[in-house]
Amino acid sequence: MSEMVDRDDSQQLVERVEQAREPGGRLTIIGQGSKHFMGCEPQGESLDTTDHCGVIEYEPGDLVLTARSGTPLVQIEQLLAQQGQCLGFEPPRFALNGSAAGTLGGAIASGLSGPRRPWAGAARDFVLGMTMVNGEAQRLHFGGQLIKNVAGFDLPRLIAGSMGTFGLILDISIRVLPVRPAAVTLQHVLPASEALAKMIEWQRQPLPLSGLVYGQGVLSVRLSGTAEGVLSAREIIGGDELNDAASWWDGLRDQTGAWFAEPGAVRRISCAAAAELPEIGGEWVLDWGGAQRWYRGDAPLAMLEAYARKIDGQLSCFRGADRKKPIPLADPRLVEIHGQLKSAFDPHGVFDSGRLLVQPPLAAGLQSSFLSDPAAK
Amino acid sequence: MTIITGATVDRADPQQRQKLAAELRELLPSHCVLDQLEQLKPFECDALTAIREIPLLVVLPENRDQVQAVMRYAYQNSVSLIPRGAGTGLSGGASPSTDAVLLVLTKLNDILEIDADNRIAIVEPGVRNLAISEAVAGHGLFYAPDPSSQVASSIGGNVAENSGGVHCVKYGLTTHNIRRLRYFDHTGELVTLGASGLDAPGYDLMALMTGSEGMLGVVVEVTVNLLPLPESVVLLQAAFPDMEQAGLGVMNIIAAGIIPAGLEMMDQTAIEVVENYIHMDLPLDAEAILLIELDGTEAEVESQLGSVKAEIGKFGAYDLRLARSAEDRIKLWSGRKSAFPAMGQVTTDFYIMDATVPRRHLPYALRHIVELSDQYSLRVANVFHAGDGNLHPLVLYDASDPGQVERTEKLADDILTLCLSLGGTISGEHGIGQEKLDKSCDQFSTVELEQFERVKRVFDPLGRLNPGKAIPTPHRCAELGGLHVHQGKVPFPELERF
Repeated sequence: MSEMVDRDDSQQLVERVEQAREPGGRLTIIGQGSKHFMGCEPQGESLDTTDHCGVIEYEPGDLVLTARSGTPLVQIEQLLAQQGQCLGFEPPRFALNGSAAGTLGGAIASGLSGPRRPWAGAARDFVLGMTMVNGEAQRLHFGGQLIKNVAGFDLPRLIAGSMGTFGLILDISIRVLPVRPAAVTLQHVLPASEALAKMIEWQRQPLPLSGLVYGQGVLSVRLSGTAEGVLSAREIIGGDELNDAASWWDGLRDQTGAWFAEPGAVRRISCAAAAELPEIGGEWVLDWGGAQRWYRGDAPLAMLEAYARKIDGQLSCFRGADRKKPIPLADPRLVEIHGQLKSAFDPHGVFDSGRLLVQPPLAAGLQSSFLSDPAAK
Repeated sequence: MTIITGATVDRADPQQRQKLAAELRELLPSHCVLDQLEQLKPFECDALTAIREIPLLVVLPENRDQVQAVMRYAYQNSVSLIPRGAGTGLSGGASPSTDAVLLVLTKLNDILEIDADNRIAIVEPGVRNLAISEAVAGHGLFYAPDPSSQVASSIGGNVAENSGGVHCVKYGLTTHNIRRLRYFDHTGELVTLGASGLDAPGYDLMALMTGSEGMLGVVVEVTVNLLPLPESVVLLQAAFPDMEQAGLGVMNIIAAGIIPAGLEMMDQTAIEVVENYIHMDLPLDAEAILLIELDGTEAEVESQLGSVKAEIGKFGAYDLRLARSAEDRIKLWSGRKSAFPAMGQVTTDFYIMDATVPRRHLPYALRHIVELSDQYSLRVANVFHAGDGNLHPLVLYDASDPGQVERTEKLADDILTLCLSLGGTISGEHGIGQEKLDKSCDQFSTVELEQFERVKRVFDPLGRLNPGKAIPTPHRCAELGGLHVHQGKVPFPELERF
């Protein structure tokens, strides 16, 4: 295990924010840079969090860990593993130079969650409290170390997923979970329609599910629980056991698996799990039991947009396509609220807003303007 | 908080009330507008009966269009609104005001859609919490958050308060179990948050709206997540000779990797009062009783039950009672669940508190509460959610004795201060409402309160939605006098002190 560094760099970081309040100052927050590809090209001077690192407090019996934002995820996970615990939402650790990377601050600021999300909850669900620095260089603490806390507005969960546009996260208290004693992954070779039907059926049953994904003609089911619980559930699921399952799920979680390694832009649709299947050529992966759908292929963007609209889903460009366009929101009022909330935290525009830009809804039937299609270029 | 004793006086301006009632009757059916004292009196408080005021007016719209009409009218005529669901809130989040119209949403009580394949239900705000689980049980599903008020409390109120319940140690709070909200903003326009899937683009405004106590908008539709009903549920009750040991038992169940569906505790005072009330042969020599509910597949539950018994056995657990059938579980739960009515047998008044401490500090907190109880000569019983460190001390007092009322307020304040000093919070699930406004000054610094204010102004720039609740102004905190030293600094150094 790499040695964990314990260093409080908060004073320097707050001073940097203070200085950036001068006209023309702008900061873009960066940890290890593993999510550099998300949002618009970063604008402004880099505010590097990696020197602000270390676990401040870890109480296994209270299921809570508090760490500085620059702490590497892999170090936190190693520490938790020593106590038989884990980060329940399986944050992706996108690789840099071939190794799993990412910081705790980056995981929460991006709000991304891995394959266990539908059963364990999302990144924001695990956030219990945080200390942040807003655009006025004020140090603020919200939330606490307990799952139940209804004092004040729930700002920690609002800040989760805000891509650093509200301010800099200094430290985070996060709920951790016990690792279940047993797990098995079972696979079935099935056509997509039958696979989706199975996913719907199993999610309606009280099974110890922790992963449910269909791609390249194979439905993979992960069960996690007590040894007895897993054994009895596998009778219901059937199929062939996958060897070396842990690294296979890591490949999905960290997007290092074979499917993600292929060239081409990756698009994402978030939708209701049972939403009808697309009739769009290209390659699809249905993760989260059907609620997160990855696409790579040549279909015109308008076709994908029409499909997303039809199933009441949300299309976004995840990797590799034109990143410079804002994300359309369903309601112009939401765009207003986004702008005003950003100002409520960061009135001088210190923090790079390009990492999460929004725009009013696209008129139905209009050719897309927000995601140009690299395949069409 | 200041407990109000004696009858409530109607302080509203009769002319203003008459004019408003007449104008609102142009927008709503006449019977939906209440303006007579005998009609208004039942709405003088929510479940925090210690704070009462006769509302200016009560409106009970019957559909979404009528809610919108009221809200547009209020916006155009500079009228403040206090949204209210079933009125079961325990922090005065819906306590009325002489200066505001009480907007009661209980008549919007339709379940609009149940989608079993996607495990969601779309409901109106007035639908009762338990009614959702009842409506979807036929599909083998349930709605997990179960505040103790679930028979009566409405989902709109649950969203406003981010309600928890007995089972949130495993299943989370309201915020973890909803995916879409529609609300009217302060001008009366409809806004949709969230999505049909598990996330939505942009900021997580669902998280902000949930638990905002009606200060940011009026929710008129909620899409809730449903879960498959567990195949097997068991309830284990265990007594402990010593509070310390019971606390360690709780820690060790969790540390052993088991997240029970529910993990509740009663202290000795509660055991005694409950036993005298329902006679279920509870061990009166026990300092604590734990109730541990496990759910999941049958195989999962049986193996966890074995581990739990082994863990608590290490800490002197005795008088173990196990309930498997639904009928037996209800019987075994009845001790815990009758705690509040039981208190009514031994005291004229009791004050239900809500605070949290990290689980590891539970035994210390409970011992200290016993000392405070002696110091103020007031009995305190504890029945609470041990699994998530959520204490509910019940202070027993007599409201006809002004000395006791005053001591109750001070004792309650001391208990909250104790919880804060242990790294807890002043409210786990009941909210701040009106009750804990002043105590919020102890938990938040000036700059934090100012940040809350700026967020509030984005949604309600004129301050007309549930004014004076949930978030104290820095000014109010400064005027309190009793200064709290936060992180070594005197709060509000910029303000003068007299």
